Amino acid sequence: MDERRELLSLLLEDARTDTADIARQLDLAEEEVEALIDDLESAGVIKGYQAIVDWEATDRDHARAIVELNVELDRETSYVDIASRIVKFPEVNSLRLVSGEFDFAAEVEGDSMHTVSTFIADRIAPVPEITQTVTHFIMTSYKERGIAFDGDDEDDRLSVSP
Amino acid sequence: MRISDRVANTPPSGIRKFFELVEEKEDVISLSVGEPDFAAPWAAREAGIDSLERGRTSYTTNRGRRDLREAIAAHVRRYDLDYDPAEEILVTTGVSEGMDVAMRAFLDPGDAVAMPQPTYISYPATARFAGGEVLPVPTSPENDFRLSYDALAEAGAAEAETLVYCYPNNPTGAVMPEADLREVAEFAREHDLTVLADEIYAALTYGGEHVSIATLPGMRERTVVFNGFSKAYAMTGLRLGYAMGPPEAIEAMNRVHQYVMLSAPTTAQYAATEALRSCDDRVAEMREAYNRRRRFVLSRFSEMGLPCTDARGAFYVFPQVPPRDGERDDEAFAEALLESKSVAVVPGRAFGEGGDGHLRVCYAYAMDDLREAMDRIEAFVREEW
Repeated sequence: MDERRELLSLLLEDARTDTADIARQLDLAEEEVEALIDDLESAGVIKGYQAIVDWEATDRDHARAIVELNVELDRETSYVDIASRIVKFPEVNSLRLVSGEFDFAAEVEGDSMHTVSTFIADRIAPVPEITQTVTHFIMTSYKERGIAFDGDDEDDRLSVSP
Repeated sequence: MRISDRVANTPPSGIRKFFELVEEKEDVISLSVGEPDFAAPWAAREAGIDSLERGRTSYTTNRGRRDLREAIAAHVRRYDLDYDPAEEILVTTGVSEGMDVAMRAFLDPGDAVAMPQPTYISYPATARFAGGEVLPVPTSPENDFRLSYDALAEAGAAEAETLVYCYPNNPTGAVMPEADLREVAEFAREHDLTVLADEIYAALTYGGEHVSIATLPGMRERTVVFNGFSKAYAMTGLRLGYAMGPPEAIEAMNRVHQYVMLSAPTTAQYAATEALRSCDDRVAEMREAYNRRRRFVLSRFSEMGLPCTDARGAFYVFPQVPPRDGERDDEAFAEALLESKSVAVVPGRAFGEGGDGHLRVCYAYAMDDLREAMDRIEAFVREEW
């Protein structure tokens, strides 16, 4: 169990680390690491691997918005029912049921603010159970998934010290 | 200017020479530092900043702020150490200052200070500056650089007044399991040695619990334990450590400390109190990261035929240099490696006798750097050595 936890934290830090290096770091055989990863994937613990992108550093237009969704439930409709409709849209990057003033927090992505707002207006707002949407466009991102974007990680240690 | 014999006769640190060589080259991957690659936990840094904003820039009491000493007393209970914050703890400007005031407080001219070899580079000089004589106690890779009763006896340490050591060890990464520590304790009791136990790397012990010699029978009254924030909390530049011992020992050390240092840095004391209060999780994360890198580096060295001892502490491994013309020349190896592959490791002889033929390799580096450095060392060993 401890190996699985360590493997997870290693993959969380850098999912591209090659299996031989993971094996060395965990003191395991490569085949054992592969088997552990297979286990984690088939048990649904690991859902996928993605790059963390700073869109401002690319030459591509990109827009993202956090969308608050309020919904109205009835006897036949649960949160899961509503969620399973919304997650089908590829534009919806994440969807979470949250506590507080609203029910769901969605993150929606598109090539431009116009695409994103049109998508929300045309596809999300009309869903019958959704009573209200509030859209917050992301202006700048400073940190994503534990990675700060300021790039201030210079090693300023002396080259030799006791 | 006239320089004292005491200083004139103390050679500059062996590390210094190597430092100058490394500084001359560009784009060096250096595995030669003695400090963490992480920054201090943000909560600790913020507490330091906050203290500055509130204008907390005066001296503290000589022994250090009371709430810090209380936090230290609570912290070290995890090692079964029990010290009274009022009388048995002294906050110092790093363990370096703590060790200095201890030697000045405890040594008379000509007193012998036993220390395992290879050793952390400061102890011999600190002992000599305080008027002591260095008594080297050889340790060997065959015994994973641990100290033993026999090694102490053979080196003549029965005649020494004081024993100083650092475990988990810089430069070898060795740790002292309880069974080995019991032998050392037995020797110290039999021969009435004062023990200066530098446990600065205690939190960086892998695959086992750190044991302090002060917890063994009859040892508390003859031991001063040193620890600090530099390594575990990645706060080297804040210069903060502490010493714990019986009241008369701490009182004697404080008498030196109050004249030469007055008090340890105030900002650092605020940061350290917060570190003890809330940063255990960060320390655990760092320890896990070091442990992964440690296993990686040990595995790579073993694959390329440079045997390492079982380094279970600190953030160093101490591989043996492969022989060339029948000789394991660590200095030639380190210089050629630097010249040819721009990788810096410290020749073992910088840490005194018994370090010869080895390299101190620090693994407190990002995995990408370690991977690249290991690839280069492997190529160097295969093609050029």
